[in-house]
Amino acid sequence: MASSEEDGAGSGSQEEKEKGRKRRLGALATAWLIGYNIAMTAGWLVLAIAMARFYMQKGTYKGLYKTIQKTLKFFQTFAVLEVVHCAIVRTSVLVTGVQVSSRIFMVWFITHSIKQIQNEESVILFLVVWTVTEITRYSFYTFNLLNHLPYFIKWARYNFFIILYPVGVAGELLTIHAALPYVKKTGIFSLRLPNKYNVSFDYYYFLIIVMASYIPLFPQLYFHMLWQRRKVLHGEVIVEKDD
Amino acid sequence: MKHYEVEILDAKTRDKLCFLDKVEPNATIAEIKNLFTKSHPQWYPARQSLRLDPKGKSLKDEDVLQNLPVGTTATLYFRDLGAQISWVTVFLTEYAGPLLIYLLFYFRVPFIYGPKYDFTSSKHSVVHLACICHSFHYIKRLLETIFVHRFSHGTMPLRNIFKNCTYYWGFAAWMAYYINHPLYTPPTYGDEQVKLALIIFLFCQLGNFSIHIALRNLRPAGSKTRKIPYPTKNPFTWLFLLVSCPNYTYEVGSWIGFAIMTQCLPVALFSLVGFIQMTIWAKGKHRSYLKEFRDYPPLRSPIIPFLL
Repeated sequence: MASSEEDGAGSGSQEEKEKGRKRRLGALATAWLIGYNIAMTAGWLVLAIAMARFYMQKGTYKGLYKTIQKTLKFFQTFAVLEVVHCAIVRTSVLVTGVQVSSRIFMVWFITHSIKQIQNEESVILFLVVWTVTEITRYSFYTFNLLNHLPYFIKWARYNFFIILYPVGVAGELLTIHAALPYVKKTGIFSLRLPNKYNVSFDYYYFLIIVMASYIPLFPQLYFHMLWQRRKVLHGEVIVEKDD
Repeated sequence: MKHYEVEILDAKTRDKLCFLDKVEPNATIAEIKNLFTKSHPQWYPARQSLRLDPKGKSLKDEDVLQNLPVGTTATLYFRDLGAQISWVTVFLTEYAGPLLIYLLFYFRVPFIYGPKYDFTSSKHSVVHLACICHSFHYIKRLLETIFVHRFSHGTMPLRNIFKNCTYYWGFAAWMAYYINHPLYTPPTYGDEQVKLALIIFLFCQLGNFSIHIALRNLRPAGSKTRKIPYPTKNPFTWLFLLVSCPNYTYEVGSWIGFAIMTQCLPVALFSLVGFIQMTIWAKGKHRSYLKEFRDYPPLRSPIIPFLL
């Protein structure tokens, strides 16, 4: 779920529609979005390089999360702004909200809070997926806004997800699963009875429900992206034939 | 008397679905719907939406054929509203659920709290009072559905019953679980808090009932007329001076009372969600009143005096 992609700033439509939509965006809004997307591309590139360097120097991924966690938290949290961007960019607030929330949830409520799982392989798995996905996505938005979209970026955005998305989901699910025993032991984020608010919350069972929710949600999002891919790349083919 | 011809086309595909000839000029849309059902029995009248324009508004059942802007051959467009269920059925189901579910928790039926608590009784008086209040509330709702309310629409889409029952039954189970739990903690300020809460609750229950009676008396049996509601001799209805939907105001008040009485967070959350939904409905109703009546009292707000 967290590694899913969704239509953002002027993506996935023909040239004219993009230009038209861009024209409707004020100059200030466009400048802000370009700046934002360049910054985010850079941020995730920095993360990618830091991860690669760590592995090349140390030969292991143990301790890698600790090294990159500040950068990860900064750029992933900053992405909350994208919900606000929906007002200018005509994307669904709901979809963007779900996407960003699931990322925030993984970063802050799983890997940050449950330190014992930070060296799991599954964490590296989804970090790599997220990094590749975000670099592709943010550079796609950037070039789109600048009206100079290289075909290979468009290709990447609409093809990488086919592999990346299921792999990312696997990484996230394995990570949550690895965290379960520690959650049960420490009772983190849980509230037991009796208390004066007469309510209880069991984070352990909550996580199990979260994992279960991937079952209905993942196929829906995946097929939606496949459908978008067909629309964009298929539409592309028709235009070429007319030439 | 010149007869009309009516052809009914599918609004999406423009297929000819039905051709009616020798239709009386004073036939109502309701009668035309009945005629249409004869040729397409799976589309009973309640699930038919007939309009003059494929993308236009639905015609009302009371509309008369000769008063519509059509020639003697009228073209109507049909949209299937999907399986329908009567409002009465939905209300009875969604209210009977919480009534029974709460009692299951109150009587500590097996498999909820653990074997040593099965069929035991809480030692806190507020828990018994809460059960009486909760049950009273839903019995009142059931009786009002049968005897008081006059519904403008007969039916709603079938999927609503699943959505609505999940909401009501789910929340009822969630709050009942904690209030009737062996580890329940009574309110911090004890009897004073419970007394105050009970007064608020009863006041708002009476208020809500008074509004329902006043609204019923606005509309004669079988009619669908809409009039501006005004305060009556009953002081509880004087809230109409300040608010378009005082029934919702009193309903929120009742649940706030119940939340204070039980000091239970799930009850507070239920009140909040209900408040948000009722505010949306009240704003819609307020807007319709303003659109329909030129002389609508300007002092009124939708649900909270002066604020919302």
